Amino acid sequence: MPVTGKLNLDPAQVRQARELAARAGAPVTRLARTHTTSSIERAVLRMAGLDGADADGMPWVNRLAEAVRDSVGLQHGVALPVWDALARGGYPDLRTLAEQAAAGQVKFRLPDGAEGRNAREGAARSVGKGLEVIDRQRASRESMIAATRDPAPPWIYLIVATGDIYEDIPQAQAAAREGADVIAVIRSTGQSLLDYVPEGATREGYAGTYATRENFALMRAALDETSRELGRYVRLTNYASGLCMPEIATLAGLERLDMMLNDCMYGIIFRDINPVRTFIDQRFSRMVHARAGIVINTGEDNYLTTADAVDAAHTVVVSQLLNEYFALEAGLATWQLGLGHAFEINPAVPDSFLLELAHAQLVRELFPGAPLKYMPPTKHMTGNVFGGYLLDAFFNLAGFMTGQSILLVGMMTEGIHTPFLADRDLALENVRYVRDAAGRLGLSFTPDEFVVSRAHQVLGEAVGLLGRICDEGLLNAIGDGTFGVTKRPADGGRGLDGVIERADGYWNPAIEMLEATAMEEEHA
Amino acid sequence: MSSGHDGELGQVVRPYGDTTGDGRVQVSFTLPVPSASEADRLVAEGAALQLAGKMGLAPAFVAHVKAIGPDFTFFIVYGRVSHLVDLSLVTVAAREFELLSPAEVNLRIRSALGRELVVVGACIGTDAHTVGIDAILNVKGHAGEKGLEYYREIRVVNLGSQVAVPSLVARAAAEHADAVLVSQVVTQRDAHLTNTREMAAAFRAAPQFAAGSGARRPLLVVGGPRFSPEAAAELGVDKIFGRGTTPGEVASYLAHALASDVRAPAGTSA
Repeated sequence: MPVTGKLNLDPAQVRQARELAARAGAPVTRLARTHTTSSIERAVLRMAGLDGADADGMPWVNRLAEAVRDSVGLQHGVALPVWDALARGGYPDLRTLAEQAAAGQVKFRLPDGAEGRNAREGAARSVGKGLEVIDRQRASRESMIAATRDPAPPWIYLIVATGDIYEDIPQAQAAAREGADVIAVIRSTGQSLLDYVPEGATREGYAGTYATRENFALMRAALDETSRELGRYVRLTNYASGLCMPEIATLAGLERLDMMLNDCMYGIIFRDINPVRTFIDQRFSRMVHARAGIVINTGEDNYLTTADAVDAAHTVVVSQLLNEYFALEAGLATWQLGLGHAFEINPAVPDSFLLELAHAQLVRELFPGAPLKYMPPTKHMTGNVFGGYLLDAFFNLAGFMTGQSILLVGMMTEGIHTPFLADRDLALENVRYVRDAAGRLGLSFTPDEFVVSRAHQVLGEAVGLLGRICDEGLLNAIGDGTFGVTKRPADGGRGLDGVIERADGYWNPAIEMLEATAMEEEHA
Repeated sequence: MSSGHDGELGQVVRPYGDTTGDGRVQVSFTLPVPSASEADRLVAEGAALQLAGKMGLAPAFVAHVKAIGPDFTFFIVYGRVSHLVDLSLVTVAAREFELLSPAEVNLRIRSALGRELVVVGACIGTDAHTVGIDAILNVKGHAGEKGLEYYREIRVVNLGSQVAVPSLVARAAAEHADAVLVSQVVTQRDAHLTNTREMAAAFRAAPQFAAGSGARRPLLVVGGPRFSPEAAAELGVDKIFGRGTTPGEVASYLAHALASDVRAPAGTSA
């Protein structure tokens, strides 16, 4: 349970930090409201039920969106031209239309008048059906939890990553039986830069398993079975990131994933995806996650793998505040914000554990209602597996002492190989020991002056940096390497060609319906 | 090739537990056997001892047995190895360059080239793990050493992750790169070896660096935790760096290699 109020943070300074984050983020939000991307338009088609791929494995949503783009452009959205062509051509379904369009047999146009209204009605009906599926999945998550049990925090988060969904499934079920509350299926490393979502069940991947709709469905069904067996709901996680972020978010909603990695800047910094593309895509994907009741996980832990965990501690807080602003703006609720941070201070630094406690407690107190995700050491895991096991135990201890909500289980063999069966078992034994021995230590832990002043220092530096970002502009700050020591200019990186400025009369039924629900909830 | 050990007495050694020559070692492993019941556990322990014996542990004893689910068992085993290590037969790849400080690297580049040394870095293929290349290139550096961006006489162009080989070649030519640094972390299906060969072949075939073009092929340097440093020639590159390489080692190597020019003449295949 979160125990806060230990650091005597100045409420005015905390308020100022949030105001600065909102000011820094507002221009980017304007960009997202006035632009669309190829992946957002494809997500609309996916929501409307268009699945499958051509003989080359290229999804029909890509084929259809490309055909529209080549003929009338995407600046008015894909919906009007597609549902107009569907009605005029008498095609039985979107799939047939996509096949004909890919063969160059369909002429698209922008309908107006009665035909425009007709197209709107057809599109709204189809997309509405997709949203109903997402709503039903959210309801069945709730009934699954009611029929089983929601585990107490911190949730124990474990990764599987064999590349083969049929190997992943028994490993995930075994991990759940050993105590994992959340299973994350790491994606194949190339997927973030694919501008399409692969189809079907997959048995090959690089250092991970492809995120596909079928893989999502297979794993969720297996974990439902295990949840019933254990009487405890086991959550499933994947990655709404990369060039297809909006589509993956949509598939996650349709197939009841429970948490999704979804960071506002991760793709920019670590995958060299164009900053503008990323910010536009993330807004849409977060609107979908909000509707689907999915908890997002942000990726601030990654900054500390390239930058020093002490020097760059404040960049983590800045990124968390930006992630919070963008998330709330897109309609997510506080309970859905799995803000990330990590235990990455060099253990050779004097008082390193106290510094970790200061950072972890600061994040806990800044975001008291958020399900924080705490990441184990990776950078200073040296290959000494015995020392690494000790470091992981201290990470677990810091997690329990500061009331973290989602604990990613550290592996003693981090950096050596993908975990062996025994590595995972030993890691869970480590978590269980610390939980049983010191799970309630947070209640009696009182930070000393050193910890308190370190937390204040980090917050002060974060406010200072946010001020500079406001003056400079967020995109410029990213361009000169403020986060993760990597410079990412706004016109660089991949995916910029998929960014389209919305024209007058742009219409997107998914955004319209998602914004309407977000407003209802706000007024409720 | 050098052993660094002289004299007869130091030639043969055994593992050291707490007494010279006791030969004691520890190993841990998992077998796909059950151990939930007492009967199963005895069979599992017997299986672990059989494996230990075949590994040269005699006598061996099983210090820890733990069932992992219904079908697997984890063991920690101690034993005495019968094998001897002959130090005179140990071979190590000697470092062909001396380690220099950043100031010495800068000085050597200035006097040898009379201009900045240009390094183009990337992760190629599907590899998106930029941690390795960033640790070498970023100012921040690694293991207490600043990265190559910190060196005044080195200009770094970091192309980041998942760069296609043809664009790496084009960019190296456009930047007049003296050296190309490529990091490969992903090793599934030997992707790191395949990608490295593809890159080396592309640079050798590139018209931008052909004989008579006036441009020299850049030094090709790859790094990653799973490469064996001896395989450079076989993979067609000039140098391979393995796990634990620091920016200072890479900078020292570049200064040495470019000053003494280890590359084959332009247009020939090494």
